[in-house]
Amino acid sequence: MIGGLILRSLDRGGIVFLVLLAAIAILVPVLNLALPPYSPFYVSSYLVALFGKYLCYALLALSIDLIWGYCGILSLGHGAFFALGGYAMGMYLMRQIGTRGVYAHPVLPDFMVFLNWPELPVYWYGFQHFPYALLMIVLVPGALAFVFGWFAFRSRVTGVYLSIITQALTFALMLGFFRNNFGFGGNNGLTDFKDILGFNVQAPGTRAALFATSCVALGIGFIICRVIVSSKFGKVLVAIRDAEARTRFLGYRVEAYKLLVFTLSACMAGVAGALYVPQVGIINPSEFSPANSIEAVIWVAVGGRGTLTGAVLGAVLVNYGKTYFTSGFLAPYWLFVLGGLFVAVTLLLPRGVVGTVWHWRGEWRQRRQAAAPETTRVPDAAPRPAE
Amino acid sequence: MRAFRDRLLALVFALGVLAALASGAQAGPYEDALLRLTADSFDDTIEGINGVALSGNPRAAAVIEALQDGRLLFSAESKRVFIKDKSDKLTDAASGEAVAGAGPADLAPVRLNNRLRRIIQAALGGLTLLAPDPAKRLEAAQAVFRSRDANALPTLDQAIAKETDPRVKQALIEARAAVVLYLDTASEADKLEAVAVIRQRGDQEALGLLGGLPANTPPAVKKAAADAIASIENSLAMWTALQNTWYGLSLGSVLLLAAIGLAITFGVMGVINMAHGEMVMLGAYTTFVVQEVIRARNPALFDYSLAIAIPLAFLVAGFVGILIERGIIRFLYGRPLETLLATWGLSLILQQAVRTTFGPTNKDVGNPSWMSGAFELGHITITYNRLWIVVFTLLIFVGLLGLLRFTRLGLEMRAVTQNRAMAASMGIRTARIDALTFGLGSGIAGLAGVALSQIDNVSPNLGQGYIIDSFMVVVFGGVGNLWGTLVGAFTLGIANKFLEPYAGAVLAKIAILVLIILFIQKRPRGLFALKGRAVEA
Repeated sequence: MIGGLILRSLDRGGIVFLVLLAAIAILVPVLNLALPPYSPFYVSSYLVALFGKYLCYALLALSIDLIWGYCGILSLGHGAFFALGGYAMGMYLMRQIGTRGVYAHPVLPDFMVFLNWPELPVYWYGFQHFPYALLMIVLVPGALAFVFGWFAFRSRVTGVYLSIITQALTFALMLGFFRNNFGFGGNNGLTDFKDILGFNVQAPGTRAALFATSCVALGIGFIICRVIVSSKFGKVLVAIRDAEARTRFLGYRVEAYKLLVFTLSACMAGVAGALYVPQVGIINPSEFSPANSIEAVIWVAVGGRGTLTGAVLGAVLVNYGKTYFTSGFLAPYWLFVLGGLFVAVTLLLPRGVVGTVWHWRGEWRQRRQAAAPETTRVPDAAPRPAE
Repeated sequence: MRAFRDRLLALVFALGVLAALASGAQAGPYEDALLRLTADSFDDTIEGINGVALSGNPRAAAVIEALQDGRLLFSAESKRVFIKDKSDKLTDAASGEAVAGAGPADLAPVRLNNRLRRIIQAALGGLTLLAPDPAKRLEAAQAVFRSRDANALPTLDQAIAKETDPRVKQALIEARAAVVLYLDTASEADKLEAVAVIRQRGDQEALGLLGGLPANTPPAVKKAAADAIASIENSLAMWTALQNTWYGLSLGSVLLLAAIGLAITFGVMGVINMAHGEMVMLGAYTTFVVQEVIRARNPALFDYSLAIAIPLAFLVAGFVGILIERGIIRFLYGRPLETLLATWGLSLILQQAVRTTFGPTNKDVGNPSWMSGAFELGHITITYNRLWIVVFTLLIFVGLLGLLRFTRLGLEMRAVTQNRAMAASMGIRTARIDALTFGLGSGIAGLAGVALSQIDNVSPNLGQGYIIDSFMVVVFGGVGNLWGTLVGAFTLGIANKFLEPYAGAVLAKIAILVLIILFIQKRPRGLFALKGRAVEA
């Protein structure tokens, strides 16, 4: 039944995307592990980690697109949920270090020994177990989003007010995590990881596996979003996006819809963060910085909000551009490019790349139908991308 | 009895003769004291120091200072004391005459230990109590207040009798009270009087003094001291509250400066300008450039640099603001979220542009002479730059209020804020109002930059530090009403400063953010929301 639901929810673009993703998930690790380094098709471990990072960003973009593109909630603090998931994973990885740390303390991570903490704080309990960490990766961002959303949506905080408040949320968290006595490593964050599930984090095999896992997570996230937006629930979301008051007058409990989708989106962001940390090897409070969250929003805007494939494409494109620019002599100009991207996309390409392509295709079809009027079709019921 | 007196007289006579024979100078208390310094025993040296200090001889200070520096030499054989100055020249301590050559063969420095050093300190304190310079006397009185040295008591009494400067006299009386309180031999009445004096002083040091009274203090004095401590603590708590309020007002005025322009543009146009912080930064850099030009061309004008920078900063930031409005924002009307993103992009561009032009490091913007320094008001220290910023902020606020209330532009701005469509139907060119409003808001941000350049680091990231706080002020105070912004800014500033002592700066900030998020529950449109019947504002 679930299979049928998924299949029905997928359009042709979605199937193409999933097939592509599956191909990448298999091909990249194989090309990295099976081929010798001198082969022209060899993918270096650096590239595997880099693209693994992009995939995590893509999942984050997907979670933002779900609430912004389909429900009109512009969160400028989604980086907070991403970072919280990352910290949960980081705590698991810290506990796995055990006696191999600099101070060789069996329980306490290095920074706690350094700061003279007598024992492990209560909120670090249980993180040595992987299933518990997995649970927290979803639960902590989800719970925060639920509480925050419950307060915000109940009192009908919308539009720019909501954006600003979400930004304040991530800013407050950043200030908190920068503090040493919060117990999350302060300024330096969590790093120097050794093992994940008993495998060395640095080993090419583990990296390839993490890459494949990121692909799978992105695929699952995509399917979840797809199922949601093509369901009746998703149509209500779009209605909220386009005319919130009218939807409320029609008898829908707008805040319940918003709360549910916001919480789900936060959980997805948390998973993205959790996959990001072992591949990058560090998590620190700067991940909470408001600038990061806004940057994630622009990925979605570039790809096309209200188009799930667009969010993924935007995240990969913008981040590839960032890597390309910041690694060469063009580095000082990256902020000009990024800033220009914000302005240009909002002014000239409000539908984003994928949205614009869809729009052209739609117009082309209409013209073709106008040329052949005998085939009357029911108008496409699928939600259109946001304008 | 008589025999004793005879014997004493004989002894004094013998000593006097001995001294006269040894040093060749006539005997007196000063010379006697000097003689003791040659005995090479710590107890005698103490007597000697006190004797010299109390002798009233003009060379006394020089002798004790030399002793402190280890430059006081003595000859046990000739019973003479010499001061060695920095160029190794010897002076006879008794006569003040320079000694030719190397002096006696058995010269050795007068030895010191820690007990002696304390006594020297006290003796010097006592000596400077009589110094001709009032500032020196004040300093000495405060030193005695802290050291509570009983030896200084006679000098203190002498000094109090002679003192004419009321401030110094007060300090001397307080110092005397401190000494009396720690003196075992003082009477209860004296001690009670001393407690009253210290109670009048009423600061942290008075608290410490009264808190640490010796165990053998009479019970009545102890009770009086406890009362005094309670009263001082009360008044100190009040002063702390006042101080926090002042700091809060100061922080609030900075927040108000940064937020007020934002509130206007948000009120009139419904758009959040994320590049607002960069307008502040542009204002600060304008000040920097003005000061650089003045330094290079005409340093005499430096005190007027801010007066020159204020209109320039307003024009620069206002001009950039109008450019932004005409170039970008007007194409995004009705899409506030997109405006937010576009202006964020702009802020990145502006930051990077400034970073490439001026470099990433902090720029040195100086305070004009009338803005540096501080003065004391009761127990609060008020720095002039903070005070001027509060005044400047209030001037801008009043000016803006007047502009909105009494000018045609203000009338039109208020009309557009309340109902854009109706205002347009009445013939108001809303597009022009938008551009002018945006220019005005940005210009005020530029003015904020001039003020902030005086208290903060001028760097490309200057605006970033204020933007979230300004948003909080606008969200808290509500839009479309300047009073809301004023109340919001000062409330946040004062709340922040009152929370800081309990929670620390960072936690206070977090607490404020959480409180605002909760506050929004009650009043989603801020403290002073415009009344209206719109479903969606």
